[in-house]
Amino acid sequence: MSETTENPIREAIAEAIRDHEVILFMKGTPERPACGFSARTVAALEATQAPFAAVDILPDPRIRQELSALSNWPTIPQLFVKGELVGGCDIVTEMYESGELAEVLGVEPPANAPDEAPKAAEPGAPPLQIDNNLVDRS
Amino acid sequence: MPTTDELKLRIETAIPGASAQVIDLTGGGDHFRASVVAPEFADMSRIEQHRRVYAVFGPDIGGPIHALSLETRAE
Repeated sequence: MSETTENPIREAIAEAIRDHEVILFMKGTPERPACGFSARTVAALEATQAPFAAVDILPDPRIRQELSALSNWPTIPQLFVKGELVGGCDIVTEMYESGELAEVLGVEPPANAPDEAPKAAEPGAPPLQIDNNLVDRS
Repeated sequence: MPTTDELKLRIETAIPGASAQVIDLTGGGDHFRASVVAPEFADMSRIEQHRRVYAVFGPDIGGPIHALSLETRAE
C-alpha cells in the first residue's frame, strides 16, 4: 500500500485522531447530541471533566463510512484516546462505572461524579424525564 | 424486520458455545441490546469481543439493525 492517499476524507479522519488526544466521533454535537448513544457517551465523558474533541459524523455519510473502515467498528459513537479506539457507548459507559475511563483519560474524577454513568435517553425513548425534586421521597 | 429470536439464533450459531439474550429496546424492531456469553471471549479484549459480535451481522448493522448495544462476558 502506498503512503499517498486518494481518500481525503479518510486521511482527514486519521489526522484528527492523531492530532487530538481524546476525540469522539458522534451523531450531533456535545451540546445537541442527535442520538441517545452519543448523548450517553458525551455525558460520561463530561462527568469525568476530561477535555475532548468531538466530530459530528452526520453532515456527510462518507465520514461514517470511512471512519468505520478505518476503525473496524460499525457503530457510532466511537471514542479514541491517544490514537486508539477505546469503544462505543457500551464500553465507555462500562469503563466510566468501573473507573477505567478516568484512568485512560488521565484525569482524577471529580469528587461529586456519579457512580453510575449519567443516564441519557435510550434511542427512540420519550424525551428526557426531569426528576421532580419537590416530591418528598423519604 | 429482524426479531430478537433471529438475532439470538444468529449469534449462537456463529459463535461456538455462545449464549445470547436479546431484547428489543424500543419495540420497533431496529434497536436491540444483546448480552452475550461465550468461552472464546476469555482471550479477547472488550473491543475484540464487541467486534466479534458485530461481525456476525456484517452490513446489517447500520442497515436493518440500526443499533445493537452489547454486553459481553467470557462465562
